[in-house]
Amino acid sequence: MVTQYIFYIFAALLIFSASMVITVRNPVHAALFLVLAFFSSAAVWLILEAEFLAIVLILVYVGAVMVLFLFVVMMLDINFVPLREGFARYLPVGIVIAVLMVVAMGTVFTSVYFSGAQMNVVTPTATDVDNAKELGKLMFTEYLYPFEIAGAILLVAIVAAISLTLRKGRSKKSQNPAEQVSVKRKDRVRLVKMNSEKKSG
Amino acid sequence: MLSEIYQWIQGTVLSSIVGFLVPEIFQDEALLLLGIVVKIVAILVPLLLSVAYITYAERKIIGYIQCRIGPNRVGFFGYKLLGLGQPIADAVKLIFKEIIIPSGANKFLFIIAPVLSFAPSIAAWAVIPFDDVSVLADINAGLLYILALTSLAVYGVIIAGWASNSKYAFLGAIRSAAQIVSYEIAMGFALVCVLIAAGSLNLGDIIEAQSGSFLHWYWIPLLPIFIVYFISGVAETNRAPFDVAEGESEIVAGFHVEYGGMVFSIFFMAEYANMIMISVLTSIFFLGGWLSPLQGIPVLGSIPILSEPNIIWLLLKTSFFLFCFLWFRATFPRYRYDQIMRLGWKVFLPITIVWIVIISVMVVAKIPPWFN
Repeated sequence: MVTQYIFYIFAALLIFSASMVITVRNPVHAALFLVLAFFSSAAVWLILEAEFLAIVLILVYVGAVMVLFLFVVMMLDINFVPLREGFARYLPVGIVIAVLMVVAMGTVFTSVYFSGAQMNVVTPTATDVDNAKELGKLMFTEYLYPFEIAGAILLVAIVAAISLTLRKGRSKKSQNPAEQVSVKRKDRVRLVKMNSEKKSG
Repeated sequence: MLSEIYQWIQGTVLSSIVGFLVPEIFQDEALLLLGIVVKIVAILVPLLLSVAYITYAERKIIGYIQCRIGPNRVGFFGYKLLGLGQPIADAVKLIFKEIIIPSGANKFLFIIAPVLSFAPSIAAWAVIPFDDVSVLADINAGLLYILALTSLAVYGVIIAGWASNSKYAFLGAIRSAAQIVSYEIAMGFALVCVLIAAGSLNLGDIIEAQSGSFLHWYWIPLLPIFIVYFISGVAETNRAPFDVAEGESEIVAGFHVEYGGMVFSIFFMAEYANMIMISVLTSIFFLGGWLSPLQGIPVLGSIPILSEPNIIWLLLKTSFFLFCFLWFRATFPRYRYDQIMRLGWKVFLPITIVWIVIISVMVVAKIPPWFN
């Protein structure tokens, strides 16, 4: 009973924040609403007893990805007036694409695979089942191939991202700490012995 | 000990309150709810008092390290009492100061930012075990929960820096975001080592897995990770020598430069609550939490009370790490920014990844006395 009300609260919050993400004008506010959306969906997952997924969603998306997102968005200095200028001109094309996407999603959701008959009724498992352990077992036995392939794809993406941003020819400003620490006085200072000069005359 | 006190409170005070006020059908739920509230109060009140008095301890300890006396005037009832009234006086001063919201600042975010940095540092205490039965929420994914909540603390800093509409605050926020994200990775991998060694994500199980003697604690098989974790913890909490986010010599006070009065002190409290948190976690993961150091030693191990698991041991270990925090602040000069990044990415991250392999081999090979 109480769980149901909590679900409705978080589901409403999720829909609200998700729609705010695409409607607010300020990109920083949009990113923060996205964080709120992640939060509420994590709460919904917690109600579904998927506590591992819920915590990982917070840990990975809210704790790391969105921080970097905000990091970039905050530093951008976007002028929004020119971005909104062509709204009326692009509206017909936009409507066509939107209709296409709605139709595509509609056909998926009304297909037999999503009909009520195909859905298994989920019964809550016993509370002593360890979510992380069960997921780990599945991931390293039954779904080992997809898991490893996903890992390899991510690795490729990392390498690609680094090689794209690592431009040659730009002056590097990184310093070698070992070199800096091992500096001696004679490398930096030269003492010159001079005889004191006498005033002539 | 703690659980007996709680049982007694539940048996006498709570049940009589519930029996008196709540109708018959809701009594079980009401008792459960009231019990949780009592437990939360029992965690939060000592926590907030410690936060207040760590500021006092910090000023005293750093004072003595620098051949000063530190605060010694404000006491109670006309007695000076070594300045023990100082934190209370500070709190009163901060509460009655005006909160100034800068022009051009985003009011809502400006006010909510300190809350966002304080809330995770308190919420993380829900899964901390104080002895073998006393824990607010004994969940299986406790370690993940801790990791998720400590990663949220950065939002308060970023939002504060952005909402202040000030260049210094923004620079501090950017620095802090980069720093926390970098050190979180090293911290996460360090915790992966701990959970491989213990074979569990539950904090209570992690401590139980270390029982035996003080040689069984994970500080020996995970020695580099122990050091990496604690240093990353210092960096996560933005404490000296990693406090570039508020580096006063460069960017005035960093992300909280526009804050004053109570909103500032919430940031302050969050920082100290996080320090306590990191200290407790380090003692849980690497020094056996509530386990006694005398356990398993031939003669000393048979002393009745001292060799038994007790919350006192957890508090002592925590105090040691808290002292280290203050010690670092008094001793080390601030890191240069590029060196902080280098330390996190190029030193700590490789160490932790290598040690994940080493500890996995040790666990699989069942190397005694830790893994058998």
